Amino acid sequence: MVLHINGVKQEVTTDADVELLSVLRNELELTGTKYGCGEGACGACTVLVNGRPTRSCITPVSAVSGKEIITIEGLAKNGKLHPVQQSFLAADPFQCSYCASGMIMSAVALLNSNPAPTETAIVNAMNGNICRCGTYPNIVNAIKLASKP
Amino acid sequence: MEDPNKLPHPYEPFAGELPEQAAVQSVIDRRKFFKLFGGGLAVAFVLHDLFSFADEGGVSMPPSVPASQVAAWIHIGEDGKVNVYTGKVEVGQNIRTSLSQIVAEELKVPIASITMIMGDTDLVPFDAGTFGSRTTPQMGTQLRKAAATAREVIVDMAAKSWNSEIKSLRAEDGFVLNTATGKKLGFGEITKGQQLLLPISDQAQVTAAKDWKVAGKTVLKVNGESFLTGKHQYVSDMKLPGMLYGKVLRAPSYNARLVSVDTKSAKAIAGVTVVHEGDFVGVAATDPVTARKALQAIDAKWQENHEQPSTATVFDYLVKTSQPGGGRNAPNSKGNIRDGLLAADFTQDRTYHINYIAHVPLEPRAALARWVDGKLTVWTGTQRPFGVQDDLAGVFNVAKEKVRVIMPDTGSGYGGKHSGEAAIEAARISRVAGKPVKLVWTREEEFTWAYFRPGGVIKVESGLKADGTITAWKFQNYNSGGAGLSTQYNIANHEIVHFPSDSPLKQGSYRGLASTANVFARESHMTDMARQVKMDQLAFRLKNLDDVRLKAVLELAAKRFGWGNTTKTTGQGFGLACGYEKGGYVATCAEVYVNNDKEVKVVRVTQAFECGAIVNPLHLENQVMGSIVQGLGGALFEAIDFKEGKILNPDLTGYRVPRFSDMPKIEIVTIDRKDLPSAGAGEAAILGIAPAIRNAILDATGVALTNLPLVPTGSLA
Ligand code: FES
Ligand code: FES
Repeated sequence: MVLHINGVKQEVTTDADVELLSVLRNELELTGTKYGCGEGACGACTVLVNGRPTRSCITPVSAVSGKEIITIEGLAKNGKLHPVQQSFLAADPFQCSYCASGMIMSAVALLNSNPAPTETAIVNAMNGNICRCGTYPNIVNAIKLASKP
Repeated sequence: MEDPNKLPHPYEPFAGELPEQAAVQSVIDRRKFFKLFGGGLAVAFVLHDLFSFADEGGVSMPPSVPASQVAAWIHIGEDGKVNVYTGKVEVGQNIRTSLSQIVAEELKVPIASITMIMGDTDLVPFDAGTFGSRTTPQMGTQLRKAAATAREVIVDMAAKSWNSEIKSLRAEDGFVLNTATGKKLGFGEITKGQQLLLPISDQAQVTAAKDWKVAGKTVLKVNGESFLTGKHQYVSDMKLPGMLYGKVLRAPSYNARLVSVDTKSAKAIAGVTVVHEGDFVGVAATDPVTARKALQAIDAKWQENHEQPSTATVFDYLVKTSQPGGGRNAPNSKGNIRDGLLAADFTQDRTYHINYIAHVPLEPRAALARWVDGKLTVWTGTQRPFGVQDDLAGVFNVAKEKVRVIMPDTGSGYGGKHSGEAAIEAARISRVAGKPVKLVWTREEEFTWAYFRPGGVIKVESGLKADGTITAWKFQNYNSGGAGLSTQYNIANHEIVHFPSDSPLKQGSYRGLASTANVFARESHMTDMARQVKMDQLAFRLKNLDDVRLKAVLELAAKRFGWGNTTKTTGQGFGLACGYEKGGYVATCAEVYVNNDKEVKVVRVTQAFECGAIVNPLHLENQVMGSIVQGLGGALFEAIDFKEGKILNPDLTGYRVPRFSDMPKIEIVTIDRKDLPSAGAGEAAILGIAPAIRNAILDATGVALTNLPLVPTGSLA
């Protein structure tokens, strides 16, 4: 099976029903995408599939073959951080940062479809992502910083 | 061939592994020290007399420094780079940043020149662990002194080499400036060719907080970018050449006995190793999918114990199995309770129930273990690297020096990662498999096999005069624990006691420990008493309080909240609570709205917090925020549900934690007491939120809730 990940075609050998998260982390060594629950409930494993935020822990790899997958490793271009990463760097919202990859991927998806989201739109789009360190209001600020004025 | 000792994914910011003989935590030997760290200047906390032995370089008895006497080392290399060695660990409190600030401030070097080497038992001095809000007051203080000592010595050396007076010299930005001549020398140039190992001097002049330039300011997370790009390697992300993925066979319930196990089909799978030692059965395979299959292929028969308490019976059980407390939980009494109750115009008797809750660190327990020539190295996320080193040495019956525990910055702990279960399991499997083994717990394992904040029962009996004077306070805590047990209010007669019980669930440390429970009961009861005498909640507390720091946060929170300024509309309610723990003082005001369907919404929270001189305002506010949000979960809906030794909600669908949509409007105000030593901020800030919400619900509806969580279903029954 061939996966399109971060602009690169990658051959993977795993069974079709194995979850994308496991393939990313263990086969392709893209460990920026995290495991938090394995049940689609925390968002730590969020990646973009054809631009849509997707929980890779409950997505069989067969469902994404041929689709455009972006992980946290694919955001920075030529050593330059993605604008959303830059905003998060400036706002410094996190504590342990384990939720960071999933938060940033969900935020990128939101801002791609809605460059100037209201606070309600932010909360709705981000509600599937858990930050157990409780930094939610700071994350909302970071997303506001990244949105068009 | 690949060097088996080379780590292909070096965890930042410390990229190299040092030689295996680097075990210097118990013996400070000057030659060894500089062989490891290169020349330059090092400052360690050692006793002077022991230290003088160290200079003999092994001629006399090697100076064994008592572990408790060594807390931190600072080394300034010939290249001007500063390495700070501490046994404290980073789980999201941002101490990597705040401790760097403290060192930069006292040493007068740029933050960027500092590398913190944390929680690596081979490289850092012994430390009991990262808990109890001790990093800032204890480690911070120690590092300030160490850095100031180093700075003074460097300035002294510069003075000698220039033959000039110390008072015309100034340390700044990693250089010593001669203000008389305009000459300038880098710290590295000054210490070049030297091998100086100095004890921390108690006389070293530390900078007063009011004069801080780097500490006391917001500095962004020092290694922040590595987390935002996915580059940081948590233990669960690490990989070694030839590494296998481990899994452990779990019992179906607590206290189940393994009757028989058939591992033949698992062993038959290519590349699978099965480890069976006593009741422990683990597997390892070259990839996690195969490891999972191997585990499923094991046929195990268990004898379960169905006679175990459940959520429905646990509170009675805790009271029934309680024992008189001892030590620091021994009964604390003053006056005579009976007299106090007789003198009262009003009495009140209530029982509060506190459910077990889980820490739910977003990164579950993980460990990567490797045995090379009888030496075990384990990377694991633990708040007690040296404790886990001890555990491993004990389990595998090897000398402590043969065990190295390394803790990269970890996906949080909140007091929930004091133990080393995953480390022991990974090491056990690795020893048999003969290869490095990584073991990452599933969310279900984390919920089931870690430990919980204790559940408990708290009985409070009080007496009160019509003028608001408290005459009696009887406080009996069953199993919740001793932290925050005593009361901050002036009460002539009290009797306060903690009874440990036989907990059916594994229990342990938590953010703020038992004070989450004790302060909830106390502050709930305080508001109930205020209502008995028709006094305002704030006025009632102020009347019975002397502690000026607590009063200050209470008054500040109330002022910012606009306490007493608004007239209530239907469904609206206001509550407040206050408390202190480990040098942190907190007061919280909450506004709730309860609609006609009795659904409870927390609308607004204002919290004032004070913990001495602030080291990093942004990160302090972040800790306070995190405490409020985590506290909100325990206040409203978090509870472990269990029956006959099984956790019934071991997942994030069944166990609800706060999300974006649960956020009230949160306002945080901090008081910067530059005249007071800095204290930790990760714990006390959690205390006020639950009772403040509870008291607001009471204010809105007249319903005096006595259970934590308050509204597990979202509405009042
Ligand atoms: S790990 Fe995928 S949603 Fe939690
Ligand atoms: S910062 Fe720790 S989970 Fe979000």
